[in-house]
Amino acid sequence: MAAGHEGHSPIHQFEINTLIPFKVFGVDASFTNSSLYMVVALTLISFFLISAMRRGALVPGRIQSMAELTYTFVADTVRENVGEEGIKFFPLVFSLFIFVLVLNVLGMIPIPGVTFTVTSHIAVTAALAMLVIGIVIGYGLYAHGLGFFKIFVPSGVPGWLLPVLVPIEVISFISRPISLSVRLFANMLAGHIALKIFASFVGTLLAAGVWAILSPLPLALTVALTALEVLVAVLQAYVFAVLTCIYLNDAVHGAH
Amino acid sequence: MAAESLEIAKQTAIAAKYIGAGIACFGMAGAALALGNLFGQFLAGALRNPSAADGQRGTLLLGFALTEALGIFSLLIALLLLFAV
Repeated sequence: MAAGHEGHSPIHQFEINTLIPFKVFGVDASFTNSSLYMVVALTLISFFLISAMRRGALVPGRIQSMAELTYTFVADTVRENVGEEGIKFFPLVFSLFIFVLVLNVLGMIPIPGVTFTVTSHIAVTAALAMLVIGIVIGYGLYAHGLGFFKIFVPSGVPGWLLPVLVPIEVISFISRPISLSVRLFANMLAGHIALKIFASFVGTLLAAGVWAILSPLPLALTVALTALEVLVAVLQAYVFAVLTCIYLNDAVHGAH
Repeated sequence: MAAESLEIAKQTAIAAKYIGAGIACFGMAGAALALGNLFGQFLAGALRNPSAADGQRGTLLLGFALTEALGIFSLLIALLLLFAV
């Protein structure tokens, strides 16, 4: 992580740079560094999974058991939260989990002037969250018809409370995509800004004469924060997958 | 005279921005209390029944991530005030 004493602000790292400009029907659809990171992530994921499962040995080797561990981990998460009927959504949850995970972890690898975290942009996370909620609403209506809307009516509640409770349930349903996208984006954004600010303290202290002897302190803190951020990067991908499963549970099982 | 009062208004807005960012950080106190409670309760339970603790580690981390996100929300407001407004 480069120290920010070149006059760069801590949010300079989130800048989107156009690499190959082009427009589709007047809409700016340029190939940016964000797109490049997504392509790199997809290549890594495909390479990892294809090379791991190419041999398909009965007794797995190292790479194959890594792929199998990831697979069973996500499959168990889906089974635990949605049940056996939810296993048809496994490809969706697995893709979301591994895509977010690889993008988060790639953002933690410091390459001066290049490092970019795709998931630190609300446009990306909001698109993923809208995909999830769109599938929940679409599948819920397909599986239960209009009965899907019974999830807004909590059971076992006296009738006079319903005019208060139903709007609350509707608002909490509508805020789901917002909280799902903001949780991931805010974690990544705040974590990377905090890293950059503490890293810039090192540079400031080194330039401050006698006080330079204190500069290892923020450096140590930066190392500790980096460890925390790697944990957060993995955890947030897991949380995204678990919440996707919990929301899918409503669509699969409807009102109880 | 008009230019002077405009300048005062601008400076006041900047001051209000920094005060707002500081106040927004108070929200993180709630997340701090919650995280302390979360890990404290887990530890209390885990020490009473250590054999059941391993199975609940995933739930603990999920709760940690969900709770921490709420503190991050208020930090996000502070960062938006500092850098985006």
